[in-house]
Amino acid sequence: MKAIRKYLHSFLLIELLQGLALTGKHFFARKITVQYPDERTPQSPRFRGLHALRRYPNGEERCIACKLCEAVCPALAITIESEQRDDGTRRTTRYDIDLTKCIFCGFCEESCPVDSIVETRIFDYHGEKRGDLVYTKSMLLAIGDKYEKEIAADRAADARYR
Amino acid sequence: MSELTALWGNLPVWSQLLLWDLVKIVAIVGPLMLSVAYLTFAERKVIGYMQVRIGPNRVGPRGWLQPIADGVKLLLKEIIVPSGANKALFIGAPVLALLPALVAWAVVPFTSTLVLANVNAGLLFVLAVTSMGVYGVVIAGWASNSKYAFLGSLRSAAQIVAYEIAMGFALVGVLMSVGTLNLRQIALDQAGGFWHWLFLPLFPLFLVYFISGVAETNRAPFDVAEGESEIVAGFHVEYSGMTFALFFLAEYANMILLSALTAILFLGGWFPPFDFAPFTWVPPLVWFLLKVSVILFLYLWLRATFPRYRYDQIMRLGWKVLIPVTLVWIGVMGLVIFFTPWAFLFYR
Repeated sequence: MKAIRKYLHSFLLIELLQGLALTGKHFFARKITVQYPDERTPQSPRFRGLHALRRYPNGEERCIACKLCEAVCPALAITIESEQRDDGTRRTTRYDIDLTKCIFCGFCEESCPVDSIVETRIFDYHGEKRGDLVYTKSMLLAIGDKYEKEIAADRAADARYR
Repeated sequence: MSELTALWGNLPVWSQLLLWDLVKIVAIVGPLMLSVAYLTFAERKVIGYMQVRIGPNRVGPRGWLQPIADGVKLLLKEIIVPSGANKALFIGAPVLALLPALVAWAVVPFTSTLVLANVNAGLLFVLAVTSMGVYGVVIAGWASNSKYAFLGSLRSAAQIVAYEIAMGFALVGVLMSVGTLNLRQIALDQAGGFWHWLFLPLFPLFLVYFISGVAETNRAPFDVAEGESEIVAGFHVEYSGMTFALFFLAEYANMILLSALTAILFLGGWFPPFDFAPFTWVPPLVWFLLKVSVILFLYLWLRATFPRYRYDQIMRLGWKVLIPVTLVWIGVMGLVIFFTPWAFLFYR
């Protein structure tokens, strides 16, 4: 009996009509497309995009070359070299992030004791030749300078949950 | 202008006829090619809408120039001939695929007066010509000298053979009902409201004809000949540029042809669904095009809905479901027409 019912179900095209009804209904549904360059989806303040190095308000760079980020980076994307500066403090002479290796896990930001390396909301950047996606210290600092306002606001918004 | 008419008058009669026919052919093929282009656009839009997307909308206002952009791109692209391919057949196959799809339009009546060739064996001509289309696919697969293309063409050949039988039998039902092979006459026999149309008494055959039509044109869910997931793109893997575009044109021209035939054979051709005032104001050609569009929409709807059949399921459906169904219905029709008083149901 069950077999007959099942047979009739497909022989009389009932199953197929049910499928057609479903797609037919969606034909009139509200479209959910976001037309990307013109429209953007909302982002969380925790969004993990392109990296940046921050400075203190007095202009001094935050990074003290403790190399915790380099150690924690699971993709080995960070390379740091350091030296003693004339005033006796330790500073990086090289801070490279290979964005082709980076998996945007955010561990570097979490490990940083001075909130120097952060991940910003920027996700649409590109490189046009090999090596373009290896970001150096000066590039990262420049990003930090440019977006400091947004970065600071995002950290403040998330501070309650840290 | 007067010089032109004088020139026309001086031409021999045979060349006048030839030129006049040529003009008529262009008048059919031109709009046909345009509708093929915009059918691809409609397909992308309809499938997009059914997947809750909005489809192409970047080229031109609301995307209306998209098919033109696609056509220009394909025209400008290089035609790559694989080194192991048989060059003459490789180039010839797409032409062979497209030609039958266009030739068959010669006998398709658009209204009771608008028909290029009012042939008495019109239906037979259409069947004969459209069967040639499979040669394009088979030759393309063979000439490419690629295993995927070859497998695709084998599948397509087996599928088209299987479904042509069911399709032919479905048409036998129509012939039993109207007793003529002339497409114009078949449509004229369905004059009047939709209750005179053949899809009602021949409903199972109508369904079988439509389903095997989808299979004949290698459309989803019967598109194993392409089968991206298992044989890359089937018979046209090796094709690029305009040769590839010709296969596409052939597929869509075939779709439009089959929709037109379905409208003529089962849905009363150019007759309005009700034979009274507001419906009869609309010109017959508009009714015809409207019916064709509805059937084409159904094609797109099917593609947006159903996953591809497995190859053995296609063969089972063709040989063990559709052919028996048509045979039984033809038998029932014959018995009813000859031995019962209800012959009027089928016979007119």
